[in-house]
Amino acid sequence: MSSFFKNTDLNLSKAEKIVSETLNKCDDGELYLEDTKSESIVLDDNKIKSSNYTKDSGYGFRAINGDVVAYSHSNDISEKSLKNSSKNLKSTLKNSEGIYNSEIKKTNQKFYNDLDPVDEKNLSDKIKILNEINEYSRSINRSVKQVTANFLGERKNIEILRCGGELLKDSRPLVRINVSVMVEKNGRKETGVYGVGGRQSYDEFLKNDDWKKICDEAYRIATTNLESKASPAGEMKVVLGPGWPAILIHEAVGHGLEGDFNRKKTSVFHDLVGKKVASNGVTIIDDGTIDKRRGSLNIDDEGTPTEKTVLIENGILKNFMQDRLNARLMNTKSTGNGRRESYKHIVMPRMRNTIMLNGNNTQDEMIKSVDKGIFAVSFGGGQVDITSGKFVFSCTEAYEIINGKIGSPIKGATLIGDGPSSLKEVLMVGNDMMLDPGIGTCGKAGQGVPVGVGQPSLLIDKMTVGGTQI
Amino acid sequence: MFKEDRFLKKIADFCISKSKDLGSTSSNVLVMNTISENVNIRNKKLDGSERSENLGVTLTTYIGKKKASISSTNLSENNLTELAKRCIDSAKVTPEDEYNSLPDQELHFNGEKNLELYDNTHLSNDEKINFIKEAEEVAFSHDKIVNTNGSGFSETKSNFILANSNGFSDGYKTSQFTAYCEVVSKSNGSMERDYEYSSKRHYKDLLTPKQIGESAAKLAISKLNPKKIESNKMGIVFDKRIAQNLLSTFASAISSNTISKGTTFLKDCLDKKIFNDQINIIDKANIKKANGSRYFDSEGVRVEDLQLVKNGILKDYLIETYSGKKINRKSNGRSSGTTNLYFENGDKSFDQLINSEKKLLYIKETIGRGANIITGDYSVGASGVMIENGKFTYPVSEITIAGNFNEMFKNIILADDLEFKYSTNSPTMLVNGITVGGK
Repeated sequence: MSSFFKNTDLNLSKAEKIVSETLNKCDDGELYLEDTKSESIVLDDNKIKSSNYTKDSGYGFRAINGDVVAYSHSNDISEKSLKNSSKNLKSTLKNSEGIYNSEIKKTNQKFYNDLDPVDEKNLSDKIKILNEINEYSRSINRSVKQVTANFLGERKNIEILRCGGELLKDSRPLVRINVSVMVEKNGRKETGVYGVGGRQSYDEFLKNDDWKKICDEAYRIATTNLESKASPAGEMKVVLGPGWPAILIHEAVGHGLEGDFNRKKTSVFHDLVGKKVASNGVTIIDDGTIDKRRGSLNIDDEGTPTEKTVLIENGILKNFMQDRLNARLMNTKSTGNGRRESYKHIVMPRMRNTIMLNGNNTQDEMIKSVDKGIFAVSFGGGQVDITSGKFVFSCTEAYEIINGKIGSPIKGATLIGDGPSSLKEVLMVGNDMMLDPGIGTCGKAGQGVPVGVGQPSLLIDKMTVGGTQI
Repeated sequence: MFKEDRFLKKIADFCISKSKDLGSTSSNVLVMNTISENVNIRNKKLDGSERSENLGVTLTTYIGKKKASISSTNLSENNLTELAKRCIDSAKVTPEDEYNSLPDQELHFNGEKNLELYDNTHLSNDEKINFIKEAEEVAFSHDKIVNTNGSGFSETKSNFILANSNGFSDGYKTSQFTAYCEVVSKSNGSMERDYEYSSKRHYKDLLTPKQIGESAAKLAISKLNPKKIESNKMGIVFDKRIAQNLLSTFASAISSNTISKGTTFLKDCLDKKIFNDQINIIDKANIKKANGSRYFDSEGVRVEDLQLVKNGILKDYLIETYSGKKINRKSNGRSSGTTNLYFENGDKSFDQLINSEKKLLYIKETIGRGANIITGDYSVGASGVMIENGKFTYPVSEITIAGNFNEMFKNIILADDLEFKYSTNSPTMLVNGITVGGK
């Protein structure tokens, strides 16, 4: 049974009739229904600055013929609106003569519980904890001058109605807690930011006063940066810490391995399947099946069960990440990477949790092997130019390495590299794989989706560091 | 179908009066309808088309100095009543904040609306396809253009009503027509992409398909077979499309929000010199048909023109009601950010600018968000072209540029080629003494 047609003039069989009648001569497509509630509670400058609650529901109706996609969405779930969308789709795909691909894998897999983080904990309790976070962070040291903290919670229910009446469902919780601390000492200001999150209840992160660790970490990063000196500029050896620095993998190869760019041959990787694209010992997977992780999904936004997709195995490029459209056009199967930000957005192949697996080296060995370089521990964001392969990511905590030893902290700098060559420059892969703390959002073509990353420590032979010191 | 004022106003009035009935002391509501139609093409062939219709409401209720907000896309009276209730319940448990309030009534906009921000023109999907197809055809007429990343045309129309319990109730229609073309060039194993786009409130103000296609192709081709250069400190010429980003960073560093919290490198700089004498920065709200023009901000406060920087001296902040109160300043209508923000022209021609040193690096694209407005540190990935003796010689990529805005701002020299292409605009800009990270 569908829960979306309550209080509307539609029911499942009426909706199914419109869907089937619209799509039966198309290659693929579906009616995607979504109901989301979300909240954002922000503490800033000692006050609860905002408390926002959003309830949004709507549908996205998609029809595909060959490589042409027609999409129509609306927040008005009604017979009239749906018929109007159907008309729009048909007028785009004039005289469609496709054969509907009704094959879609079934699953009972569950990687997170059906829970509602927004309503299972009441607002005054959340405000109370935000105030405690503020007081605690300010009590760590007198140098703390500003604290910003927020709770972001969401529950998204989706249903996918396909031609022929097949109905697929998922219910997805997601939370995130962030703390940002600004410290000031001798006229110098720096910030530190840390956060945690995943597909579970806020309480999982708050129990046993665990939230204090978020504040402590934000304070530690800020204080480290107070002592930072100008970052060097130019090519040098880079040691990346485990966990969140895997933004490198996300930017350097992740985006370039998404099916759409490769079908369109605009990715530098499009003709490299079976070829060596990384050093021996480098294995990278994209995994939608890790329990309660931010990037995990039971089914993707086309209804395909997610899986563990091997992208690069021991340095050799094995697979791209696919949604149904790009998989069909490339004669392969969807890997369960079809995602969209909301019903207002079209489906694209997107990453889930992108992870480099363990190697044999220790972080110590890596540091010891470097005469001059940097050790990067924490990062802000990154970006990539899929076509040229150039990517950047910016350090928020980094140190110089001199003669095999970690030296002074250095100011945040942007690192730039070349996707296809940078993973061939990997000299050592660590044995300390860690997943990120659950805060990543990936942007592509204006759509943001929650993702995860993970990696062990890495030693890269050379990357260009964007400091000011030559 | 596009919702008219009366329909939106009825919902706004309902929310305001319902909130009052349920116990709010004041309230503010935005009801907005947006309809957008896009077509995307690839290799001169239809790739997709999209139609979206959004109608939503955002309600903020106050109980004295307590505040909470809700938003929803379900506009049935039952749902709105339920949400208003939830909003007020949330406000009740939220601690008081002395700075919370609606804006001063005397600042409400009540003027003429004659900026021509809405163009009724409607293009059919076929007309949109033909427009952007022509741009791709022009781009593909260049041998080295081998592929496209997709090109598109979108037409967006919006109408809204903003109302509050102090009697403000106003809104207006806007339109936006956007055409973009992103192409891929290839030569000797090198593959590059670049784009051109045009986005205007009036259809007739768009660049022609030919101009868009030609520019995208030339930009993509000019990036082919780049070199990486040695690390060095040197003068950087920022193309207009990048120079405007530096102005946006300046704007975020002088918002009353960051100033009041002290989280900006420009704290305590009012009436101080932060640029050289020649620099003037204006934020002008009432340019006819311009992308950044508006009558009032998201609180209903009228937007005055601001001279933010005069002869290099910081003269004003961008202020909204809440954080304005923290610094004892009245809102100047910037709760939605800047309007049409620009550097006034400098006194050098483009040619004089690129001839001012023997060797300069012309930056056409930056990658990554490398501006830290707390410390003023700047570090981004970049690509561009080398300028030697005033001539563009070879493309450069996989480099970084880094500096600190405190120094960079003082070193800005502007050309005299300002045009109003975006809502934030700068003439071509030269900044000396920037560190280039390369080999």
